[in-house]
Amino acid sequence: MLEIQAHLPVLVVVVPLIGGVLTSLMGRGALPWAWATLVTGATFALTLRLMATLLASGAPHISYEVGNWPRWWGIEYRVDLLNAFILLVVAGVGFITTIYAKESVADEIPRDRHNLFYTVWVLAICGLLGITVTGDAFNVYVLLEISSLTVYALIAMGKDRNRKALTASLRYLILGSVGASFILLGIGYLMMVTGTLNMEDMREQLLRTPDLDHHRTVLVAFAFLLVGLSLKMALYPLHMWLPKAYTYAPSAVTALLAATATKVAVYMSFRFLFGIFGPEFSFQRLPSHLILLAGACLGVVFSSLSAIRQQSVKRLLAYSSVGQIAYIVAGFSLANENGVAASIIHIFNHAVTKGGMFMAVGAVALRVGGTDLKHMRGLGRRMPLTMAALTVGGLGLVGFPLTAGFISKWYLIKGALDAGMWGLIAIVLLGSILALVYVWKIIEAVYFHEPEDPRARDATEAPIMMLVPMWTLIGLSLYFGVDANFTSDTALRAAKSLLGGAP
Amino acid sequence: MSGYFGIYNYWIYIALMMIGFYGVIAKMNLVKQAIALGIFQTGIFLFYISMAVVDGGTAPIWTTIGDGSLKHLGPYDNPLPHVLILTAIVVSVSILAVALALIINIKRAYGTIEYDEITRLDSDEIDDA
Repeated sequence: MLEIQAHLPVLVVVVPLIGGVLTSLMGRGALPWAWATLVTGATFALTLRLMATLLASGAPHISYEVGNWPRWWGIEYRVDLLNAFILLVVAGVGFITTIYAKESVADEIPRDRHNLFYTVWVLAICGLLGITVTGDAFNVYVLLEISSLTVYALIAMGKDRNRKALTASLRYLILGSVGASFILLGIGYLMMVTGTLNMEDMREQLLRTPDLDHHRTVLVAFAFLLVGLSLKMALYPLHMWLPKAYTYAPSAVTALLAATATKVAVYMSFRFLFGIFGPEFSFQRLPSHLILLAGACLGVVFSSLSAIRQQSVKRLLAYSSVGQIAYIVAGFSLANENGVAASIIHIFNHAVTKGGMFMAVGAVALRVGGTDLKHMRGLGRRMPLTMAALTVGGLGLVGFPLTAGFISKWYLIKGALDAGMWGLIAIVLLGSILALVYVWKIIEAVYFHEPEDPRARDATEAPIMMLVPMWTLIGLSLYFGVDANFTSDTALRAAKSLLGGAP
Repeated sequence: MSGYFGIYNYWIYIALMMIGFYGVIAKMNLVKQAIALGIFQTGIFLFYISMAVVDGGTAPIWTTIGDGSLKHLGPYDNPLPHVLILTAIVVSVSILAVALALIINIKRAYGTIEYDEITRLDSDEIDDA
């Protein structure tokens, strides 16, 4: 037991990595799913334990040197409050979505490919966890590509329902690879200046570099990283890959992606912009907060307007995700405590809300066979629990009090007030009104229409294996909307350490 | 060799990267896009390799002289970027493999690999903003 304790940070990556590869050997029955559930469940348990260990130790971070190589030669895994929290979110949502995936995948993916599906599924979660736990800049790139490649494959698995999944996946592959290459270039330029790949050493070297503001190599590194990260986060107007990818991916994959993939990209931005460059350089001496804020404000408005015009609910929610990411970006680009805390809280809140909503949409795909508004008409009486989950999640997107979305917006507005950005408050309110419009479109179709689609007429409630994960996530979004102590305390403490320049 | 032309491999890296970037954006044929992506990434490999150069440096390998003792040839080029690029090459090959697998599937599903034709075949959706 003591051994496990000492190796927790690396086990979080190693367990799903080996477990994921083994999934491919599990044959064709329910075994691949059961194994994937076991592996993701074990990983979730490890992250819980890691969080508990960190909190119990009282130290600011746990450092782990992979293979006992000192950190300036080898790879250091470094866990502080921020990434312990993100690890918990990714592994937790990953586990819950894996349970959910059983019925959905059985319906949407041909049986002979289930073992391969769950292999890439677990590896995708592995990559996302790896990005979060590592303290080595090049390791970030490698794990980023592990998660990206598996995600491209997962999206393309939607091809049996709609061939557009293939073009969506290829488009994401090309844009995603360009984005990741920019990140690789940024890391290269940083290495030229600092001579190291360890994030904390990079920070120390940069602090010692004279005349950082006019150091051309550092500026180039910063520019490449900013563009690459924005692409991966799907910050408006670099979000073009997202709506199609989310729309045509298998339902379970959409739920997983919406809850975790872009969130981990946001976490990377925290590490690079705050951890390595430092908030002062990134947000005071360079005008990057203006670029990010402009993208975020445009994103909130235009993606919500696009969401309103959609007929496909999956696509509507995908555009809404672009808007929600924009709130997260707006929060941290304020670079004050409440703003950064709002970002961190919203990473969690949006993960559970949108994850739950996409699960509800996936249940409709299972029972009715389509996810357009016309398929959803009149389902309020036929699938009451699923539709209630969709409605509660929708209210969370709007930011109704008693939902988690309210807490995030509350902190975001507090942060905007601290920064004296009245315009941003107006944008947040406008975004909430627009969100109300598109959520109302769903509610209207669900509760105030008679079913149109013949399959919707005799649809029954979603299977229990879908309802439980769905309501777990939606329930979390309600619970943390009422009692937000854990999320907001963690977020405020993490925000403080980020703003203190801790890598 | 000094000034801007003394570091000519950086110019080559930028040229390669831009050729690739142009191809990714401008080419309608999906295979050409994949090739362009490969050129784009190769440019980045050259950048990493160039940064490893040390003035007067040689390959970081020790040799033995006549009596079998080790001979120190230094100064050495920095081997770390080379190692990193080995990893990045593997990543790049994987990306190309996944891209080509997708393109094969697209050809089967659509009967074409021209992006504009695929867009026309898929033109029944609201796809803006």
